Amino acid sequence: MSNAFTWLTDPANWHDQLGTPGIPAQVVAHLEYSLGAVAIATAVALPLGLLIGHTRRGASIVTVANGLRALPTFGLLILLYVVISPHIGGRGDGPYLVPTEIVLVLMAIPPVLGNTSAGVGNVSPAVRDASLGIGMTGREVLLRVEVPIALPLIISGVRSAVLQVVATATVAAYVGLGGIGRYLYDGLAARDFSQMTGGAVLVAVLALALDTLLAAVQRWTVSPGVSGRFKAGTAQAALGPAGAARPGAPEAAAEEGVPA
Amino acid sequence: MITFESVTKRYPGGTVAVDQLDLEAPTGKTTVLVGPSGCGKTTSLRMINRMIEPTSGRVLIDGADTSAVSPARLRRGIGYVIQHSGLLPHRTVVDNIATVPLLLGVDRRTARARSLELLERVGLPQEMAKRYPAQLSGGQQQRVGVARALAADPPVMLMDEPFSAVDPVVREQLQNEFLRLQSDLGKTIVFVTHDIDEAVKLGDQIAVMRVGGTLAQVAGPSELLARPVDAFVAGFVGRDRGYRALGFTTVPSSVPVEREETVRLGESLTTARDRLAHGWVLVVDAEDRPQGWLSEHSVRSARDDLVTPDALNLGGTLATVRGSLRELLDAALSSPSGRGVVTDGQGHLLGTISPAAAVRLIEEHGSTAADAAGRGETA
Repeated sequence: MSNAFTWLTDPANWHDQLGTPGIPAQVVAHLEYSLGAVAIATAVALPLGLLIGHTRRGASIVTVANGLRALPTFGLLILLYVVISPHIGGRGDGPYLVPTEIVLVLMAIPPVLGNTSAGVGNVSPAVRDASLGIGMTGREVLLRVEVPIALPLIISGVRSAVLQVVATATVAAYVGLGGIGRYLYDGLAARDFSQMTGGAVLVAVLALALDTLLAAVQRWTVSPGVSGRFKAGTAQAALGPAGAARPGAPEAAAEEGVPA
Repeated sequence: MITFESVTKRYPGGTVAVDQLDLEAPTGKTTVLVGPSGCGKTTSLRMINRMIEPTSGRVLIDGADTSAVSPARLRRGIGYVIQHSGLLPHRTVVDNIATVPLLLGVDRRTARARSLELLERVGLPQEMAKRYPAQLSGGQQQRVGVARALAADPPVMLMDEPFSAVDPVVREQLQNEFLRLQSDLGKTIVFVTHDIDEAVKLGDQIAVMRVGGTLAQVAGPSELLARPVDAFVAGFVGRDRGYRALGFTTVPSSVPVEREETVRLGESLTTARDRLAHGWVLVVDAEDRPQGWLSEHSVRSARDDLVTPDALNLGGTLATVRGSLRELLDAALSSPSGRGVVTDGQGHLLGTISPAAAVRLIEEHGSTAADAAGRGETA
């Protein structure tokens, strides 16, 4: 560990030199592969999950998608690289990037799809019935009722996708791309274990930082009525099961000054 | 007016939920659909706002076919209250109530102001406005549900067992509030319940349905209790019909009450002892409102020198001149002294009445009741 610390704190590793990108550049590259994959996966899985959850049909699609989790990431990457790359022209990173992104996208789809469809599908039938009954259209029910109620699950699906993809995006280095994975593969090749450990720490820190960020987003966007984080002072009077169990956040009390 | 014209609902597989239903729910009145489970009462209700589409037949509101407008538009003009409130958990109470006006394009400020008014109307304090549904009790949630249904001031309200998931004490409060609201608002209401007592209490017109989705009887509550058309309705309407039918005749203001000697809270027990009649004396407060009975035994065994609330027997119910004969008879029967306490509309003591006198009054005024009791024997 102390060697990893030395490696991480060595200023030379933080600057680009002689065609070797420094740590910031590799972190940025790593983020590009990861977030690109999560963005594509979300663009596919979110609408699909909303549709499956809202119509309560097509649950088999979720099952199949979950099956994707069983694919060995590394093996799939090699296979795609061998099969696809020869057909991709150009001199850039294309031949390496496309198989890598496909693998990462496939990995990110199941948690987003599964959580979105389950979150929307599990909205209480009484709430759906009442929403339709007071005159919402199916679209209004989805966007104004089901999505806000399912939001914690939807965001946690994205969170687990991000965690998994950021950790796995290290494989990009195996096919010759950059990213934090470089330190793992190069370190292994050079038997430089402080570099390898340093790279592993970087991946872990990056994953945790992104998760913390998304947790904050979740906290800002999810209604207190759904999360149960009621403001202090209003919770005591609650007779409902959710209210009684949770004291409100102290900072909210200071801000609002709600009398008990 | 809501009109069912030979409405049938048949599900794939042949189950007939509602069979050739013809029914009119008059404007400004409460029509209660009541029957055992599986009789199609909820299905019938839900065909009014097209939550269920009829297989054949038509449902008209004020003569207009409901199938002529889109379901969403139709429903925005009809209040809808369901058993488990169905409030939106992610929105505050005030925003829940404002849901329909906002769908209709009313601006947020106006919609919220109207919500706050309605909150008060359904008997909830303004502090509730910013709470979320999970912070409310079941009874409070139902009140918010009613407020939400009223928000766009629809002429028609559909209520699907709105009070059946709350405890009996809260249910009675909600029923009384319902009657108070309805007497102010005069909505055209269709109300579904499986509870015949609720039907009789709330309905201006009661439609009893039987399994298979047909009407067994449509009648006013006293008529239903007095003249059930067949054994099914008689059985469903249940026991104590004669007694319950007394609930529909009001106590005349000329009710023959006897003067009752009273003692006030805080007066001396010596005074109370002097005023005992047949072993009991009625205790009232400073405003002459009855508080309870004091027995000879507790007058003699009391440790204090004064009449205190904890020595009182609270067993008797109170009757009022504007109340029903049922309350009057119950007051007479439940009173520990055998003398039923009668008050005026403001809760002040008028006098007392014996069970025998109450029955005589029933014989003079309660022809429906006697009729009901007579029919009840044969059914």
